[in-house]
Amino acid sequence: MSTDDKAAHIRRLLDTEGDSVQANTRVFNQGRYAATEDLEDYEELKDRAREIKEEAISRLPELIEELTEAVEENGGHVYLASDAADANRYITEVADDAETLVKSKSMTSEEIDVNEALEATGVDVYETDLGEFVIQVAEESPSHIVGPAIHKSREEIAELFNREFETDEPLETAEELTMFAREYLGERVKEADVGMTGANFLVAESGTMLLVTSEGNARKCAVAPDTHIAVSGVEKVLPNFEDLQPFIELIARSGTGQDLTSYMSLLTPPVSTPTIEFGSDAPLSEADGDRDFHLVLIDNGRMAMREDPELRETLYCIRCGACANVCANFQHVGGHAFGGETYSGGIATGWEAGVHGQESAGEFNDLCTGCSRCVNQCPVKIDIPWINEVVRDRINRGEAPSEFDFLVEGLTPDAEPGGVSLQKRFFGNFGTVAKLGSKTAPVSNWLAELPPSRWAMEKVLQIDRRRDLPKFADETLQEWFLAREGLSPTEADREAVLYPDTYTNYISPERGKAAVRTLESLGVRVLLPDLPESGRAPLSQGMLSTAREQAHETYAGLAEHLDAGRDVIAIEPSDLAMFRGEYEKFLPEASFDRLSAASYEICEYVYGLVTNDPEKTDVLTEGPGRVAYHSHCQQRTMGLGEYTETLLEDLNYDVLTSTVECCGMAGSFGYKEQYYELSMDVGYELEDEFEAAGQRDRTVLASGTSCTDQLDVLLERKPHHPIELIAPDLG
Amino acid sequence: MSTVDTFENALDGLAVETTRLAPEAFEGVLEEVIEKPAVGTLSMESVSLEGTPVATDPTPNQLTESVTGVTGASLGIAEYGSVVLPSTSGGAEPVSLFCDLHVVVVSAEDIVPDMPTAVGTMATTLADGRESAIIATGPSATADMGALVRGAHGPKRVHVLVIEQ
Repeated sequence: MSTDDKAAHIRRLLDTEGDSVQANTRVFNQGRYAATEDLEDYEELKDRAREIKEEAISRLPELIEELTEAVEENGGHVYLASDAADANRYITEVADDAETLVKSKSMTSEEIDVNEALEATGVDVYETDLGEFVIQVAEESPSHIVGPAIHKSREEIAELFNREFETDEPLETAEELTMFAREYLGERVKEADVGMTGANFLVAESGTMLLVTSEGNARKCAVAPDTHIAVSGVEKVLPNFEDLQPFIELIARSGTGQDLTSYMSLLTPPVSTPTIEFGSDAPLSEADGDRDFHLVLIDNGRMAMREDPELRETLYCIRCGACANVCANFQHVGGHAFGGETYSGGIATGWEAGVHGQESAGEFNDLCTGCSRCVNQCPVKIDIPWINEVVRDRINRGEAPSEFDFLVEGLTPDAEPGGVSLQKRFFGNFGTVAKLGSKTAPVSNWLAELPPSRWAMEKVLQIDRRRDLPKFADETLQEWFLAREGLSPTEADREAVLYPDTYTNYISPERGKAAVRTLESLGVRVLLPDLPESGRAPLSQGMLSTAREQAHETYAGLAEHLDAGRDVIAIEPSDLAMFRGEYEKFLPEASFDRLSAASYEICEYVYGLVTNDPEKTDVLTEGPGRVAYHSHCQQRTMGLGEYTETLLEDLNYDVLTSTVECCGMAGSFGYKEQYYELSMDVGYELEDEFEAAGQRDRTVLASGTSCTDQLDVLLERKPHHPIELIAPDLG
Repeated sequence: MSTVDTFENALDGLAVETTRLAPEAFEGVLEEVIEKPAVGTLSMESVSLEGTPVATDPTPNQLTESVTGVTGASLGIAEYGSVVLPSTSGGAEPVSLFCDLHVVVVSAEDIVPDMPTAVGTMATTLADGRESAIIATGPSATADMGALVRGAHGPKRVHVLVIEQ
């Protein structure tokens, strides 16, 4: 899809489906936050779930064998299908004599397009999950892996049903719509020759499956017809029955925010329930009792994903949808933009790349900004941003070089092949751009704002014209630092390296200066060495080689300081998130451990210093004052937002903290022409919070640079970094 | 709080009515709780459907025409207010599924405090015996039509009878 088409597609979804998706994902989110907060052993359950999945996937071939034996012992059949066509061939053969088939919700069945295959052989297929039923009637595709019709409002569903079913009385309320569907689908269930379900989990030792539903339709699909076909990806197998426990306690909480769904069906088919001849007056005890069960296990790329060290983690996914619900971009556009052929949300990049191929993942992969809000929400602790970055890197490598490559070639000394888009190379190499821009400031600032420059930037780099570009400072933080005298080693209690990130150094040196003043006033001797970029910028563009190189160089530049016992302090949370997170993938374990243990976010560090010695707060600028604070996404994931909030409160400020998931800017995302409107749509929520009546007098604070840029556009008040507020007075 | 109290409390949060009763009171209480016509299947030591208006070994027509279905639970899970409904050759699964009102009978001594205990018990009964069961928590529900509605495909209401010796 071209940049313009993508922008138009997103604009259309923002207008049509965005509001419903947003309302529904919010309900899921609030539910999940409440349901997991009540859970004492939430973290232990996630760890246990993760361990079980790791073990199951590592033993997968033998577990499939064990499961097959168990199901066959129980009297069922197992078919291991290599791909969608193979699975559909088997299923259509089993359903050969059937006139109708009723289905409960199964994303795996969507993945193989089984409905189309069955209908082609003359079988009428009815989706019985009410959300899937809406989608089937509307002839659309699911917009969410758990709530397939969350993009539709009640009014739209009523209009659809009234039109399609020509009901006597027009349906209006949720109750009326539900009762109509219950009645209509109840008849289909009774008539059906075959029932099809998915399987959320399969137990190898006993051949038991767990189906997680609330409506009761999966129970009906499994027992009302005599023939039951269960369709499941091979990755759903767990070794033992007791392994189900953490998943039973986590899946509904993570998905819809319920403690449990109404029905957790533990079926060991063929089930002992007598067959039911609807319309018959013969007692159930006289039924013939012959039940037929087929388990169709689908590979469709999964065994190859298992061998792929980066995609393997995707197989731990239990498809709860938490990563979609928590994602600000998903909330605003839903799965019809943030999704591929079948799957949607953050983890969909892994699934689509694995089962449908990179092209499908490439359609939406850029919508993951790497904000990491999903990381703590995943019940099996999958590093979803990393999967997105890896797949982005692979897509980049597969793309043909652009005719404009020569334009950025000199600007971008990266380790990437020619296929990376110019836009990605520009943002991925922003440090180099900033260095050049800063050398020639203010001329570079004037030039950049001239209409021809903006036209060229939009044309070549697809940087949206409506965005203000960052302005390079006349004097960088490092230049300022070198020209002054800091604390001498004898005056200091400790020493720390202040990491001069690109933005602080070249664009907003004020926050760096405030950090230096604060640290020195608290007895910390500050060093500001010339260090490479952290690798965050190229990583976010899927330029993994460049990111890896920068990680090595940054560590090399810091190693001696670590040896000297110095702490490393980051102002920009996304750089700290590299040191504490992604560097684990780039550096030797010992190097990563040393750097991550010694690195701090500036306010976290200051909080630590003043907590150890409360009298030190005297040198800082205290309140009273009213502030509105927006923490950075990655800062929140690391659990660091609280330090800034508490520090501000301890210094006598009245703090309003934003509750929205994200500011919408997410690094370079909001600058891109195709995502500008989505970025603003997400941002307006933050604006609403900070511009609410009675809050407009508050000083606006943000820890992240891109959050600051976005707030600067959204609000009339100029946002600052918290350290600028609390730094000692210059006087 | 006793395990039964916790169980009752959790059921209350799910909009499920609970009645605690002695085995001797079963027939009388059941008559009050059910709405006719009713079908059921129950194999418990302490109580039986014999002599009650509940039709046992129902036909499919009785099953789909009845308002109430009565079945037993092998376990109650106190912290969640869940009941474990074993699938039986007597048809407990459809009886608990096709009627608008599901009346569940559970012995107080079979109520366990939490999910790990319940799963541990089921590992030796259900999994080893290659049986099936439903962990049912509240009535059938959906939010797919724009708001929470109780009674999607399964029962709209659930009433739990706890038999205390």
